[in-house]
Amino acid sequence: MPISLRTERFNPYDELQYYQAHKMNQAGQYGATVCFLGTMRDFNAGRTVRKMNLEYYPAMTERHLEEIIGEARKRWNLIDALVIHRVGEVFPNDPIVLVAIWSSHRGAAFDACRYILEELKSRAPFWKKETLPQGERWVEQNTDGY
Amino acid sequence: MSIRVRYFANLRENMGRDEENLAALGISTVSDVWKAVNDGLSLPDRILCAVNMEFATPDSSVSDGDEVAFFPPITGG
Repeated sequence: MPISLRTERFNPYDELQYYQAHKMNQAGQYGATVCFLGTMRDFNAGRTVRKMNLEYYPAMTERHLEEIIGEARKRWNLIDALVIHRVGEVFPNDPIVLVAIWSSHRGAAFDACRYILEELKSRAPFWKKETLPQGERWVEQNTDGY
Repeated sequence: MSIRVRYFANLRENMGRDEENLAALGISTVSDVWKAVNDGLSLPDRILCAVNMEFATPDSSVSDGDEVAFFPPITGG
């Protein structure tokens, strides 16, 4: 159930393929893979956004991501989970977050993926600061997921 | 020993520092920590806090050697 914070741009499709091919040994057991990919937009709250800086709280962020995945594992029958999140400088079209879930059946995979993402957005300490043509601003809150 | 106080995001910018050490004498809650580093002002409702990397409330207890963090609402993902 790895968690990875990245300071460099990552390719989510390569990550999924590599993880499934080299880090998992349950081939034949999982019938469902669900993944959510969050990508940076070039606009937010009515403004053009050129760049974003993602700050986090080293150790607390990882601890809470692990806790969230642990809760999902207790609640649903999961085979594996992978969470990758960017930190540092992020540009439009860059992947920000990848949450991937492998399970025997789709119900658990869909529900656990949604749960992990929504909890991450409210409990894992990350903060976004945007660079606009007009200057910089902190993002004050996330949009509702439901 | 002392209390390590940390600030993140816009709070770090507003405070002009990312952390400081505070003498534990007379400190028993998160609210006391905030007042000690902000000239006695109360902790605003919108600011979140953590003690030893677990979410806390203004009434949560703080002891010598603890790490207390203050930050704005979370905006990751």
